[in-house]
Amino acid sequence: MTVLLSVQGVTKRFGGLQALTQVTFDLPEGQILGLIGPNGAGKTTLFNAINGIYPPEEGRIIFREKDVTTAKTYHHARMGMARTHQIVQPLNELTVRENVMVGACFGRENQGLGRAADIAAEVMEFVGLAVKAEQLAGNLNVAQKKRLEMARALASRPYLLLLDEVLAGLNSSEIGNMVEIIKKIRERGITIIMIEHVMKAIMNVSDRIIVLDYGLQIAEGTPQEISNNEKVIEAYLGDPKLAERLLQED
Amino acid sequence: MKKWRTYLGLLLPLLVVAGIVLWPVVTKNVSSRESAFTILKAVALASSLNILLGYTGYVSFGHIVFYGFGGYVGLYFVNEQGWSIWAGILAGGIASGLLAFLLGKAILRLRGAYFALATIGINEAMKAFINNFDLFGGPIGMTLNFSVYKAYGGAAKALGMSFYIMAGLTFAALIISHFVRTSKFGLGLQAIRENEDAAEVMGVVAPDAKTWAYVLSAIIPGMVGVLFFFKNGNVEPAVAFPLNSSIELLVMVMLGGQGTVLGPILGAFAYQGMRGYLVTSNFFKNIQLSVSGVLLLLIVLFIPAGAVGWLRQRIPALRRVLA
Repeated sequence: MTVLLSVQGVTKRFGGLQALTQVTFDLPEGQILGLIGPNGAGKTTLFNAINGIYPPEEGRIIFREKDVTTAKTYHHARMGMARTHQIVQPLNELTVRENVMVGACFGRENQGLGRAADIAAEVMEFVGLAVKAEQLAGNLNVAQKKRLEMARALASRPYLLLLDEVLAGLNSSEIGNMVEIIKKIRERGITIIMIEHVMKAIMNVSDRIIVLDYGLQIAEGTPQEISNNEKVIEAYLGDPKLAERLLQED
Repeated sequence: MKKWRTYLGLLLPLLVVAGIVLWPVVTKNVSSRESAFTILKAVALASSLNILLGYTGYVSFGHIVFYGFGGYVGLYFVNEQGWSIWAGILAGGIASGLLAFLLGKAILRLRGAYFALATIGINEAMKAFINNFDLFGGPIGMTLNFSVYKAYGGAAKALGMSFYIMAGLTFAALIISHFVRTSKFGLGLQAIRENEDAAEVMGVVAPDAKTWAYVLSAIIPGMVGVLFFFKNGNVEPAVAFPLNSSIELLVMVMLGGQGTVLGPILGAFAYQGMRGYLVTSNFFKNIQLSVSGVLLLLIVLFIPAGAVGWLRQRIPALRRVLA
């Protein structure tokens, strides 16, 4: 089992705020890693550190056996790391097709326009945006914009895909569709780290889960282990016995 | 089939410019040749500015600096070093491109209003520098030795030739604009315009792409500067770096439609036409620039996409033709 990404003692501060403290894990190729934690736990900050948006103050990030700790985010893209944004970032005045082509043109495979158009067509079909291809991205609804984020990331043919709350703001049938897409992406051999608040979905698709709270890794394990971990329940509910007491009161 | 469609967007711009070029050729009238020259110059400058403003989304208020600087450098070589006009034009283009490259490295990290302010500062700083630069004649500028025209068969012939060189430069500006718009490089620029952070995450190397866009948008203005000062026979700092011309260029690009090939051409044509009317009208001749100001305000408020952009939004069927 090859390690695709290795995060070693990553620490990030914003002024006096300790956003990440000594976060360490190895991600083997082909796995789905779930990243959960209360709001403000540092999940998106960890993505930004892995993706080269803010280099960490301490620690190292090794991607495909290369140290990418201080590399720029566009170098990460070229090396095969793609991401989606929690707050969608469509290129509003470009069409859906052009948005997806940007991913194919400037991502890992660095394709020319002609080949990029073919890849875009295939990826739009895959995420169910093919009928919207000629619309301006700014005119899509939220669920479609989330798919667009996904399509752009996939068009770059990444080795590692960082998914930041792709299910947030979707209704239950849209969540079902998106979970199916995520499973199919894994079948293509793409390694995924996903941040998610929709517990049922993340417990269902993840091979392994890491829990962050105030920038600390408070737990790590299979979805089964995590759902029974007292620290995790405390982080979410404030009191480990609260859930039990709530149940007894009924 | 696909290839053919890519070039469809170039058809209308080429026809419009060809029409402007042929107008004085057909009428054989010197004053209409002068009007056509002014329009072509505006088209070439506006199309160049559009690469930065329309495709990349960076507002440059001081783009005329490349016209003035390139023009000065080229005219210096033609006048003082005895170079031909062709070599002078080439030197002006290279000088402006080089200036843009160096400036780009320094100021393209600024975004939005900060970048726009920096470009004004650069234009004013360059004007002040040239004012004190003795090699280029300081505040007096340079006057062309009339003997220079002899090599081209006298002043009248040189002026006629200048018109055709201007036409060539305008066609070159259009073709550059078209190829930037339809290339992978241009797709990267448009991604930067829409959302620079997202573009970088997708792998667009924004600092390099922006610098090359700036360089490409500076070369043709540098060449046009050389030609214009050669034709005029002299150059001085106030004529070479007029800030109001920079702003007029912005109005042209915004009026016609930023980010399209055709837009800046129509904008330049319409604006020059309007300007010709205003400066000769008794009522408007002194407040001509305030009309531009009001026009810019109206465009930004009501048709921010410009005329061509507005049509593209309303009538999707026109998108292939109105590129």
